[in-house]
Amino acid sequence: MTAAAAVEVSGLDVYLAGSHVLQGVDLHVPAGSVTALLGRNGVGKTTTLRSLLGLVSSKGQIRVLGRDVAGWPVHRIVRLGVGYVPEDRDVFAGLTVRENLRLAQIGLGGSDTGYDRVYGLFPELKQRLGQLAGSLSGGQQQMLAIGRVLLAQRSLLLVDEPTKGLAPRFVTEVVDVLERIAAVSTILLVEQNVHVVRRLAREIIVLDHGQVVHAGHAAELGDEDLARRLLGVST
Amino acid sequence: MYFLVASGLSLIYGLMGVLNFAHGVFLTLGAYAAWEVAGRLPHSPAGFPVTALVAALAGAAVAALTELLLIRPLYGRPLAQILITIGLDLALVGLLLGMFGSNSRAIAVPSWVSGVTAIGSVRIPDGDFVALGTGLAVLGVLSWFLRRTRYGIIIRAGAENRDMVRALGIDVGRAFTLVFTVGGAAAGLAGLLNSVVFSGSLVDPGQGDQLLIFAFIVVVIGGLGSIAGSAAAAVLVGLVQVYVGFYAGSGAGLAQLGNMSVVLLLAVVLLVRPRGLLGRTT
Repeated sequence: MTAAAAVEVSGLDVYLAGSHVLQGVDLHVPAGSVTALLGRNGVGKTTTLRSLLGLVSSKGQIRVLGRDVAGWPVHRIVRLGVGYVPEDRDVFAGLTVRENLRLAQIGLGGSDTGYDRVYGLFPELKQRLGQLAGSLSGGQQQMLAIGRVLLAQRSLLLVDEPTKGLAPRFVTEVVDVLERIAAVSTILLVEQNVHVVRRLAREIIVLDHGQVVHAGHAAELGDEDLARRLLGVST
Repeated sequence: MYFLVASGLSLIYGLMGVLNFAHGVFLTLGAYAAWEVAGRLPHSPAGFPVTALVAALAGAAVAALTELLLIRPLYGRPLAQILITIGLDLALVGLLLGMFGSNSRAIAVPSWVSGVTAIGSVRIPDGDFVALGTGLAVLGVLSWFLRRTRYGIIIRAGAENRDMVRALGIDVGRAFTLVFTVGGAAAGLAGLLNSVVFSGSLVDPGQGDQLLIFAFIVVVIGGLGSIAGSAAAAVLVGLVQVYVGFYAGSGAGLAQLGNMSVVLLLAVVLLVRPRGLLGRTT
């Protein structure tokens, strides 16, 4: 029997600049767990996340948190309870940390409790409220990018390469936080670091050339041959 | 004056990436609305602020309608946006010509705006003080709006990354309409002040388009999307234009040197600092 889905996608097609980036992708992301979306660079992982949010136009059926969201504007999808942590963080460099958080509060809602939760997870942010986000280190920007979507309770988090380019200290901190979030939210995670995937994810979905080529349990990544064949990496 | 026109253009481009060639006609419509109202008001000192308010409201209303009806269906299509705003400008200027003719109309202004104040041996038109005060007030209000209000934060963030603002659950469409409205209000006000201060209290259908060219230059020199940059560039362009024009004199072939110097200034800025005085790096 299939578990209740936080995300259910069928026949997803996306064209970008004349290129057929996603070619009939089917996804089933079970609620209440971490599912990792894997694959080599350029296979369509980020495009998949962005199409779930409506940030790129797509064809196909997309159900997010039980609603058919195809054609919805982005802000309406997000207000269902979806949080997005993009690749490269995309914090607003010209705004202070405080303003970045306030902006998220305007869009996602949030309360004093939400701020307390964020400062509890990332105490460093509280000390840098007046600092321009563009002057933060990569790790601090990642904390802000994750923290701002946690101001309000999110049922589903789309997290794109959260450990990319981070110093080991920050990788540990970010993974610890994601592990705590996973206890209360569904996470669809794009991640290149197989060790992080094995620690966080229960399910994996592997993309290649814009198509799903494998779906299974994260434990399968322990199979060296399978990991090398699907991802071109050794575990 | 340049700042009043350029601030709206800069905001609209900064957040929405729209090159609004109809901005000049917002200014002209503001001036005509002011002319209509000023002719009906008694010559009281309070009449001018009411006229200015009407000019700003007229500019705001036309700008809001433009965004909602014409620009909104064309987001992501910059060429279509340019063409439709040029078309709107031509159509509305033609409409004004049809309604009011090509002759300039004199706008009634109170003596505290049309008089002259002597400071030592220098006689300064009171209208200059009104224009300067209005420009500073608009700069202050816009700065406060962008720094302190929720829509201000949305607009500044949207100028950096519109998609990410949407991904935080914010309907940027409302912010787009608001930016057009605020820009239109500043343009409408500029239309009245331009007539009163620089055009001998005359209103004519082509006045907005003449100012628009220099306003675009101010926006580019200041840095696209930067209000502070527009303010600094407006002062710079105004000073260069006036000083060169003054020292060049009015002899044959020299009258346009002031305007030419502004174009040269633009070329120098683009060569030395392509992002403008306070523009963001991309």
